[in-house]
Amino acid sequence: MMIDATVFTQGLVQVSEVANLAMSAAGGVETAVTGGPSFLHLFTVFVLACFVGFYVVWSVTPALHSPLLSVTNAISSVIIVGGLLAAGPAAELADVDLSSLMGFLAVTLASVNIFGGFLVTQRMLAMFKKKK
Amino acid sequence: MSADWTGFAYLVAAVCFIMALRGLSSPTSARQGNLMGIIGMIIAVTTTLLDPEVISYEIIFAGILVGGTIGTLVAFRINMTALPQLVAAFHSLVGMAAVLVAVAAFYHPEAYGIGTFGNIGTASLIEMSIGAAVGAITFSGSVVAFAKLQGLVSGNPVVFPLQHPLNAVIGIAIVALTVALVFGQDPTSFWAIVILSFLIGFLIIIPIGGADMPVVVSMLNSYSGWAACGIGFTLTNTALIITGALVGSAGAILSYIMCKGMNRSIFNVLLGGFGGDTVAATQQAGGSRSVKQGSADDAAFIMSNANQVIVVPGYGMAVAQAQHALREMADLLKEKGVDVKYAIHPVAGRMPGHMNVLLAEASVPYDEVFELEEINHEFSTADVAFVIGANDVTNPLAKTDPTSPIYGMPILDVEKAGTTLFLKRSLGSGYAGVDNELFFRDKTMMLFGDAKKMAEEIVQALN
Repeated sequence: MMIDATVFTQGLVQVSEVANLAMSAAGGVETAVTGGPSFLHLFTVFVLACFVGFYVVWSVTPALHSPLLSVTNAISSVIIVGGLLAAGPAAELADVDLSSLMGFLAVTLASVNIFGGFLVTQRMLAMFKKKK
Repeated sequence: MSADWTGFAYLVAAVCFIMALRGLSSPTSARQGNLMGIIGMIIAVTTTLLDPEVISYEIIFAGILVGGTIGTLVAFRINMTALPQLVAAFHSLVGMAAVLVAVAAFYHPEAYGIGTFGNIGTASLIEMSIGAAVGAITFSGSVVAFAKLQGLVSGNPVVFPLQHPLNAVIGIAIVALTVALVFGQDPTSFWAIVILSFLIGFLIIIPIGGADMPVVVSMLNSYSGWAACGIGFTLTNTALIITGALVGSAGAILSYIMCKGMNRSIFNVLLGGFGGDTVAATQQAGGSRSVKQGSADDAAFIMSNANQVIVVPGYGMAVAQAQHALREMADLLKEKGVDVKYAIHPVAGRMPGHMNVLLAEASVPYDEVFELEEINHEFSTADVAFVIGANDVTNPLAKTDPTSPIYGMPILDVEKAGTTLFLKRSLGSGYAGVDNELFFRDKTMMLFGDAKKMAEEIVQALN
């Protein structure tokens, strides 16, 4: 499962070159508007996270593949953050527009998933016991 | 909180999520892992709530209360046999949430600091449409998978002419519409992307048969991660990007493992048309060949005189809810000094790891349960292989017949055991539609009947 260090580095260099190109093609506008992190910055995080995910998930024991599915389900509901930001600006019911309504619905759906996902994972894991 | 602190808090949340997955490397650390996941989620949500732009706490808490109540009730009430459906349903919710957030971002980009309506940056628009499209595909695909797993629609693959060219045309249309969206910024293109993506998600999953559902569930898990990633780029939120990448890789790796367990490529699964539910019922195999049929008493006698019994559970055990009776049987055998182990094939059941959960539910200790590679060599020294509700995963044709649809699939070598007991409802073939010639061998004894009823009868005979 080890990746040769040079190949790995070369890969990352290539990735960042591609990202640079993509950024100069498309991302410049965004950076100008937001002043937030650049596309390259986010893309670097993304690529590194893929590698982390790859190694962490391969180390998961096959016996726990069902809990893996349900817990990834729960954590991917961190998309609730997007819903919160969309629902956030509407202080009163009168302020609710299409976006905050969408945000409210996203928060509701993601909450089903967060509570349901973590609890069902907990229920499953509690059943796994060693020989007495 | 300043932007730096917010970013830092999201990073901590993401690290918690990585630890949550890391915990799953062993059942002893898994519960702590889950706790880390919960902590990470609390950090992420709290950080967002502290954002000065977020002021509508009543609306937000109403949403969390309603959703949280539903989620909690479902999680406590769900039957473990129905886990695959539940996971499919949960995936659909993540997909839908991604679509909703993308819609909100398109109409009110100020909330995310990515421009104003009709004047959104190119990169943001592309990220947004990727998030919306993948989210929509996840949603409709998961709804189809749920319906198939729940038995609301037939598990048979649905194939029709020009299926794949149609999918290709829709795929190209989605890309073209994204380009149009970037140049025009018009809502029509945006909604067209969403609607076509719903359609293609439906079309991708509908041709895939019930037996390939472990791959589908894993694949949709992966999609839900990539959808979260797309939204994470739009929101420039690193917690979402990292989590999305983790979930995306998890699903992709599980799909790979499942495909390898069937010796099929992911493309072969996606093209569909393989493995319906009804094949087993309609095809009566064997013809004139005779099988040795046994009773519960025979099985009890053979197993109580054995030194080692290896149990091979399959989907049939899950359907019959036979795991509790099976564990009782194993307990009685252990009292008689018989060594009992369980062998799990990677694709047993309807989702990855499903059998392990069902056995754990029946209080089978996890250190008695083994994966294929760990235990396969032990069949040659075992006295009895007790196959309950499994078929294709034991079929020696996978090794000997290159023309067989299951050729090359790794199998559990139950044929090498002293005696092979098959607990099945009938002689029917498995989902692959292939006869299992093991049924007709001298060393094999068939126990016909419902898995749960037969296991209970064996328990009585052992008493």
